[in-house]
Amino acid sequence: MFIINCPFCGEREQSEFKAGGEAHIERPKQPTELSDDEWAEYLFMRKNIKGIQFERWNHIHGCRKWFNMVRDTSNDEIKAIYKMGEKPPVK
Amino acid sequence: MKNRYSIFSLIKNAFSYHENWEKAWKDPTPKKEYDAVIVGGGGHGLATAYYLAKKHNMKNIAVVEKGWIGGGNTGRNTTIIRSNYLWDASAGLYNHALKIWEGLSQELNYNVMFSQRGVMNLAHNLQDVRDLKRRTHANRLNGIDAEYLNTEEVKKFCPIINTSPDIRYPVLGGTLQRRAGTARHDAVAWGYARGADEMGVDIIQNCEVKAIKRNGDKVEGLETTKGFIKTNKIGVVAAGHSSVIANMAGLKLPLESKPLQALVSEPVKPIIDTVVMSNAVHAYVSQSDKGELVIGAGTDDYISYSQKGSHDIVEGTLNAILELYPIFSRMRMLRQWGGIVDICPDASPIISKTSIKGLYFNCGWGTGGFKATPGSGDLFAHTIANDEPHELNAAFNINRFVSGDLVDEHGAAAVAH
Repeated sequence: MFIINCPFCGEREQSEFKAGGEAHIERPKQPTELSDDEWAEYLFMRKNIKGIQFERWNHIHGCRKWFNMVRDTSNDEIKAIYKMGEKPPVK
Repeated sequence: MKNRYSIFSLIKNAFSYHENWEKAWKDPTPKKEYDAVIVGGGGHGLATAYYLAKKHNMKNIAVVEKGWIGGGNTGRNTTIIRSNYLWDASAGLYNHALKIWEGLSQELNYNVMFSQRGVMNLAHNLQDVRDLKRRTHANRLNGIDAEYLNTEEVKKFCPIINTSPDIRYPVLGGTLQRRAGTARHDAVAWGYARGADEMGVDIIQNCEVKAIKRNGDKVEGLETTKGFIKTNKIGVVAAGHSSVIANMAGLKLPLESKPLQALVSEPVKPIIDTVVMSNAVHAYVSQSDKGELVIGAGTDDYISYSQKGSHDIVEGTLNAILELYPIFSRMRMLRQWGGIVDICPDASPIISKTSIKGLYFNCGWGTGGFKATPGSGDLFAHTIANDEPHELNAAFNINRFVSGDLVDEHGAAAVAH
């Protein structure tokens, strides 16, 4: 359990949020031209990193807005939070 | 040949104050080269090594474990064993395991305390009732014992359940698999380790894999904290850390690793002689031989390798437990812990070859791997030895995420899964 600093609402408990998984997975621009392998890569394959991970979160029991987070998954320490569309902070 | 455990060996060793028992497994230093190396010394990994040696005559093999054997999810689960899965592929896989469980203590000469006390799944709404009845029929068609119970029969089978119609999620019925039950999880790891060691398998603890050496599309060996080990077959059974190992070989897996929690209460006199699971309220409980209630909670929804989960998950589980069993309201909880489970998008496991020759993965068991331990080891050993899957694990290949032929048990199994 940890505290998340929502960029819109401020500090709230993690239980108010929903994790949205790995961030910066781009939706295919030409879905009709994708091979099965490329679909599998987009839909299912995940980095699932132990360490610094870029991920999406939604303040589902608050402002209901999405944002991005950089978190160390080995100890749940949050390194940075940034809004959707913004460039991820460099490590 | 190891001395067999028996009443006579127990009496014999009593005369020397139990100080001269033979070690159950050796503590070898790794050889330079093995025919196969299993990464991960949990139940599944040790079972894989055991069956490789026993059924496929591969004796020059090793199990490398970064911590101590059985110290990961093998020692952290809630020990429930059942095979009442909906789909044919899953039913085949888990029932194969259940059949091995039934003779495992004899086979290993190690008491794994397998207890067929039954597993009951509760229904709390009309859809649950329909789903569970459907699953009961599906199970019977697959030769798996299954019964559907109405509310009175549920109450009769487990009298401490609150079946009052005015609770938030009333009990409308349930299914019962009488052949299901529990086993002592540590004993499973130790029993397989002892059995594998006896056949010449090297079990190497405190040996973490740091890199996988590849030559083109073939594996050549492992870089570990105890040096380089040459091998051309690597079977990875690393549960929550599967993606980490895959990454060393340049592979990506369809897995997310998340914390799953469990807790036990203070020990009390026998009060519940079966296992009761409820999917809708997400609570399941059984009682250990020591008398502790063993309670399984849910997973957190974020990726984490921290082996600790959120408090609100435990709170939600205990709320559900208390509504179903008001008798536990004054019970104190003794311990709580977390394990990291690797979850596939379809919540079914992967027991498969990969695109790299000689690299095999057994992962994705998510929240329900313990029950499959013997079957998983047997089928994975077959896959490694023959470089081809057994018919029972063919459906659980990694390629299903490309073909779309998923084994979608996620919602279908009606389990706290």
